[in-house]
Amino acid sequence: MADMYGKGLLKGLGVTIKHFMDTYLEDIRWLSRGKHRYYTAEGIDSRKSFDTSGIFTVQYPEERLPVPEEFRFIPFLIYEVNEDGETQDRCTSCGICAKVCPPQCIWIERTSDPDTGRPVPEPEEFYIDIDICMNCGLCAEFCPFDAIKMDHDYEISVYNRLEKNIFNKERLSRPVSYYASIRPTNYAREEAARAEAEAAKAAKKAAREKRSKSGK
Amino acid sequence: MSEEVLVEEKTELEERFPEISRDDRKGYEGFIVPTEKLVEFASVLRDEFGYDFLSSVTGVDYLPEDRMEVVYHAYQTTGGPGLFYKVQVDRDDPVVPSLTPVFPGANLQEREAWDLMGIRFEDHPNLKRVLLWEGFEGHPLRKDWREPFYEGDGKPFKSRWPGGEVIRAEDSNPFNKNVDYPGGFDPEQWTPANETAVYAGVGRLDHAVSETALSNDQIIVNLGPQHPSTHGVFRMVVRLEGETVVALEPVMGYLHRNHEKIGERNTYLMNIPFTDRLDYFNSMSNNFGYVLAVEKLMGVKPPERAEYIRVMMAELTRIVNHLTAIGFLLNDLGAFFTPLLYAFKERELILDIFEAVSGSRMMCNYYRFAGVARDLPEGVFEQVKNLVLHRLSGQVDDLDTFLTDNEIVRARTMGIGVLTAEEAIAHSAVGPVLRASGVPYDVRRADPYGIYDRFEFDVAVRYHGDIYDRYLIRLDEIRQSIRILEQVIQDIPDGPIQEGKPQYQVRVPAGEAYGRVEGPKGELGFYVVSNGKPNPWRYHVRAPSFINLSALDVMCKNYKIADVVSILGSIDIVLGETDR
Ligand code: SF4
Ligand code: SF4
Repeated sequence: MADMYGKGLLKGLGVTIKHFMDTYLEDIRWLSRGKHRYYTAEGIDSRKSFDTSGIFTVQYPEERLPVPEEFRFIPFLIYEVNEDGETQDRCTSCGICAKVCPPQCIWIERTSDPDTGRPVPEPEEFYIDIDICMNCGLCAEFCPFDAIKMDHDYEISVYNRLEKNIFNKERLSRPVSYYASIRPTNYAREEAARAEAEAAKAAKKAAREKRSKSGK
Repeated sequence: MSEEVLVEEKTELEERFPEISRDDRKGYEGFIVPTEKLVEFASVLRDEFGYDFLSSVTGVDYLPEDRMEVVYHAYQTTGGPGLFYKVQVDRDDPVVPSLTPVFPGANLQEREAWDLMGIRFEDHPNLKRVLLWEGFEGHPLRKDWREPFYEGDGKPFKSRWPGGEVIRAEDSNPFNKNVDYPGGFDPEQWTPANETAVYAGVGRLDHAVSETALSNDQIIVNLGPQHPSTHGVFRMVVRLEGETVVALEPVMGYLHRNHEKIGERNTYLMNIPFTDRLDYFNSMSNNFGYVLAVEKLMGVKPPERAEYIRVMMAELTRIVNHLTAIGFLLNDLGAFFTPLLYAFKERELILDIFEAVSGSRMMCNYYRFAGVARDLPEGVFEQVKNLVLHRLSGQVDDLDTFLTDNEIVRARTMGIGVLTAEEAIAHSAVGPVLRASGVPYDVRRADPYGIYDRFEFDVAVRYHGDIYDRYLIRLDEIRQSIRILEQVIQDIPDGPIQEGKPQYQVRVPAGEAYGRVEGPKGELGFYVVSNGKPNPWRYHVRAPSFINLSALDVMCKNYKIADVVSILGSIDIVLGETDR
């Protein structure tokens, strides 16, 4: 009897039925609690969790999976906005991102002072060919000024890639507040590090001044 | 102790072969064997010294020294470190005796070296191009070969910085978007000349080409390149006697992009995201193998926590891979998509973890030299823990109940595609294919890397060497991976995840290194030669998906054409890695 032909098949079909039922049971459970399993943030969260059961498909585009903070897509450039509404690029056009980029899709034009002709630490233009960008995130990882970061926006299809897919500085730039909103933990960590570095610098300067004063 | 034995062994070997010399270049190891002694050396090494497993055959072009070198990495299937030997030949006329009579597994690798390096292997049974097409001009991995739109020998390219200017590849193409055929060319009338060579590989009988009447029952069937169950653009030329396979030859390269040449232009760091694209199911373990090789050259090691994170990610990847491998195998058997989607369900939850850690679900780019890119973000450890301790085992059991006793699955897989242990070793088969044939060889145990020597796990092994065992062994391995993960979760320490400051331009001393990991598809090796410059001089991938195909012919012979697809599915190849 143990080797009845078709027993394994039936056992397998049992698994299929279980999968099928689980989904409906889960739906009924949610309904009985007066909650919605679909089209709600809570529902998506539960479908992502380890104790979800049944089918947990997310109905894109009506529903979207929230992306984690580290999610990376296309890079963007950060600019600071001061109280007067003036903007200042964080990028100093040091070129490290262009050097580290594996498919070499970053082109930077440096600014030079119109009077002296000397380079100014700010990019005149900044291009990324996002058709070539492999979303690796190395540029963001190695930029010493936290000026380039990876965006979360992944819905960037266009009809004309030849015209639209070379992003220039204008298209790439985002205010620092945007960065803080999509990557809060990273932002807080970097700000803390910056504050610490500045405090250390100030302390050093104060100490030096004190020393030179007392030396006089 | 073991070192002593090794030294002794070497002297014994040197006594036996006074012609060989030690490779005493700085940063190099192994022996240099004269070409005329090579075959004898390899067979003595195999029969008397136990180095029965030829892991990889790599050509290297030493342009400045005007020399070509072929490097052989041999191992013992009983475990232990490897023995490397090389032959050096003149660059203008590189001819090396073929090792295929001793190790049939060298077949595809020697063809690759011929194709990309132009090294001719004497007495090779079927020496023709493998990744490129017959008629391709030149051998692209030679250092003096340049592609159209050549920009430079090493990145970063000058055109990008300073003074950047955007030029699109299609704009530098003189034909631009012009896709007209040249005058007088009619694609309908065109028969590629190289096809003759392909059919010769399966022994097409000449008279069958022209005669109208069939003079025998054998016919040639092309499976692919656009075949729904070849797992990508892959082609098998099969000679059939009725329904039975008489000979089979894999034809590949449709996805070839010369990963290795790109790798030699890249800086060491840039290669990490490129390795993601080899076997795109397992970017984590690809990263692992590559950083191991470079770390060997640099002489650095990651801190404890990073070691544990690495193992964690590598084992999760193995689970992902084996689940999908089983799912696709069932697809090949005609159980369309239900098992695959059940497998994908669990995969999704694991990919969520990869995404949270590395930023991407599949192209993880997560390992760094002497560390990993970032520590586990908040909540991820809990996620892993819940998944491993409370979900995965149950799901694997489910899959087991679902499929293992299914009579149709058993009828279609048991005793089909049998590869014996001897054949598996001789053909350099690795991973689940080798272990399902009764050879308990797993790099994690045989030659541990990272911190694998600390974990308790069993090397899964099955003995029938058929499709069914190759299916079962994947279930076994998932269970062992869960076991390892449980230990990782228990033992993972706090601490830094990167040794020293992360650098974008690492200094890699001159020398050679072979880093290998037990990837989910088998032994994945990276052979890296540095000459001290920012770009590797030679970067070679020993791809399990590619080399396992050497044994495809043996596995399929004398089975039915309907089984070929499932046999291929049971090897579990990924064309991104096969074609590189
Ligand atoms: S984005 Fe960063 S790395 Fe790139 S040029 Fe600007 S400052 Fe330098
Ligand atoms: S994400 Fe990677 S490929 Fe894209 S611009 Fe940055 S470095 Fe280049």
